[in-house]
Amino acid sequence: MAKHDNSTKFNPQMGDAELALLTRLCNAVSVSGDEQEVRAIVTEELRDFADFTKVDAMGNVLVRREGTAESRVRVMIAAHMDEVGFMIVKDEGDGVLEFRVIGGVDPRQLVGKPVTIGRDHVPGVIGAKAIHLTTPEERKQVLKVDQLRIDIGPGSDPKVKVGDRGTFATKLAVLGPSIRSKALDNRLGVFNLIQLVKHAPENVDLLAAFTVQEELGLRGAKIAAFAFDPEIGIAMDSTPANDLPHYDGFENTSHNTKLGDGPAIYIMDRGTIGDQRLIKWLIESAEAEKIPWQFRQPGMGGTDAGEIHKTRAGVPSVSVSVPQRYLHSAAGLIRIEDELNTLKLIHSALIRLDKSILNHQEKK
Amino acid sequence: MAKKDNSLWTILQTLVETPGPSGSEHVIREKIKAEIQGHTDEVNTDALGNLIARKGTLKEGGRRIMISAHMDEIGLMVTHVDDNGFARFLPIGGVSPLTCLGGRVLFMNGTQGVIGMERLEKDEHPELSKYFIDTGATSKADSKVGVGDVCGFERPFLDLGKRLVAKSMDDRVAAAIVVEALKEVKPGVNELYFVFSVQEEVGIRGAITAAYGVDPEIGLAVDVTRTGDTPMGIKMAVALGNGPAIKIRDSSFIADPRVVKWMVDEAKAQKLPYQMEVLEAGGTDGMGIQRTHAGVPAGCLSIPCRYIHSPSEMVDRDDVENSVKLLVGLLGKPVSLG
Repeated sequence: MAKHDNSTKFNPQMGDAELALLTRLCNAVSVSGDEQEVRAIVTEELRDFADFTKVDAMGNVLVRREGTAESRVRVMIAAHMDEVGFMIVKDEGDGVLEFRVIGGVDPRQLVGKPVTIGRDHVPGVIGAKAIHLTTPEERKQVLKVDQLRIDIGPGSDPKVKVGDRGTFATKLAVLGPSIRSKALDNRLGVFNLIQLVKHAPENVDLLAAFTVQEELGLRGAKIAAFAFDPEIGIAMDSTPANDLPHYDGFENTSHNTKLGDGPAIYIMDRGTIGDQRLIKWLIESAEAEKIPWQFRQPGMGGTDAGEIHKTRAGVPSVSVSVPQRYLHSAAGLIRIEDELNTLKLIHSALIRLDKSILNHQEKK
Repeated sequence: MAKKDNSLWTILQTLVETPGPSGSEHVIREKIKAEIQGHTDEVNTDALGNLIARKGTLKEGGRRIMISAHMDEIGLMVTHVDDNGFARFLPIGGVSPLTCLGGRVLFMNGTQGVIGMERLEKDEHPELSKYFIDTGATSKADSKVGVGDVCGFERPFLDLGKRLVAKSMDDRVAAAIVVEALKEVKPGVNELYFVFSVQEEVGIRGAITAAYGVDPEIGLAVDVTRTGDTPMGIKMAVALGNGPAIKIRDSSFIADPRVVKWMVDEAKAQKLPYQMEVLEAGGTDGMGIQRTHAGVPAGCLSIPCRYIHSPSEMVDRDDVENSVKLLVGLLGKPVSLG
């Protein structure tokens, strides 16, 4: 049986074993509503580490790992298993498939991309007319989703059927200090939550929710939080880094986050105003451990915290994300050090966690 | 030593001049707590920061009633401070670009500032992204505010005689009415939960969790509503001075008809002026209460208010007094929703 590590000095690494797990997670096809592939990896990884594991009615994997300390805080940490992608809506024959996007995908990202369809990972491509045959006028237009087709080649594979999900076909690659992959949103969160269960400190009851259907509106987190009934909620996710330099001479005031600046702590997004006590707790933990951190700029977007905090009589909640360039496209890019620092931050914050944190701070 | 003036109007002025945008209700919560001290049987602050005061204990024939007035207000949050010390911001709740230019703001940390704007092209409609807050800082290092700092609009209370004006009549006028009703009411057989909720302006979030915790049998939100009584304004059959408005529906919920009737009957019994309200755009805590647990009959007592979500929201003095009377009457006797 694998050994749980309760040491207070967990120093996350991206070694061969970790990279192999992250690669499996990222290369899996797990579009909202059909998260089976990631669910299987999570369940297998945590078989020997959990006090309780359940796949709930919607497909969330709920894992409880109880601490041994006398006074423990019930902390729910959510990481969504689903990713944006496609759904086949019509088989037009001869390998040509009409599709729709699932979750937020920019139509401009679609044309010309290799894709992977269904649980059998059938390869295909989102084709478009070759440049030789297009007019200058056509080249100015953005092709709409219903004008595009996924082509899996003539002599169509009978395994692909209407309702199957697909994703971009990009395989994970390590680019020096960075990683490029299609589903870093949110396999990084899933990866980190797996690590946290394996290294959970004894002063918390860790309620790990590997959630479904986040990209369609935080649907899985809502029922997971109701079931867990936690004292504190944390969503671990990935957020855009729009940090390339601006070339018009003006300062970039809307970068959201910057690669290399560390875990991104949320203050406010569309769905949640982060609990001020928890934001303070995370910052103090980061400062104490000399972990770099940044605020995610308050803005739009949302995480599972948007539902967790409204559960039952309310759950103080906060989100932390790994900054990522090119989210919801065929290839996102992250810094490995941001990823490891995010894991380290949450772990060291959990070690410091005490019920007194929930006393209301009447003065800031 | 002069006796502390704790009249409704003084309380109202205190509440409207206290900053407290959604998510930063810690100061206004303390102000309200101080006002109701000694008038309740139990006071709690819940996980999200809702202030929940109980008065009365359930007796035979009584009801558990939740009354909710939100204590948060709209405001701004800093998203970036540039090299020259200008702070870009995001709205907290429904802030219109049209009411921003030249406005003054007060941060929760005490810093003050004014709102400026980039140069617009001819006929360009201003977006909030074109605005910035100038706190007088000359550089990023010199700035007293940073990413995540929160401010409310700053505007003193204005007494125009029959009409009263302030930046956050939405919803501090309701908070003041509920404080006054809490003090005056004799609960009788009822168990009353007076909730001063958080984060209404960003999606009725506090009332959702407060209602779950209170688990009431009847819910009543108290909030402001728009009016149709200004030149070339919206078409709406609510006017300042015509009495408290009894909500039939807004865009977040349909008031329970039994609750509406309960309110109308009470207004008639007291011979109070009242008006019926159908609000086309807007939501209240009533929605959050109505949908909790297995459902709760809920309604809303509305205070007619002009220029909502501007720094100069206007209400009528008589409407405020009559709202207190209506609320006290509703809560002080056995309720039958028939």
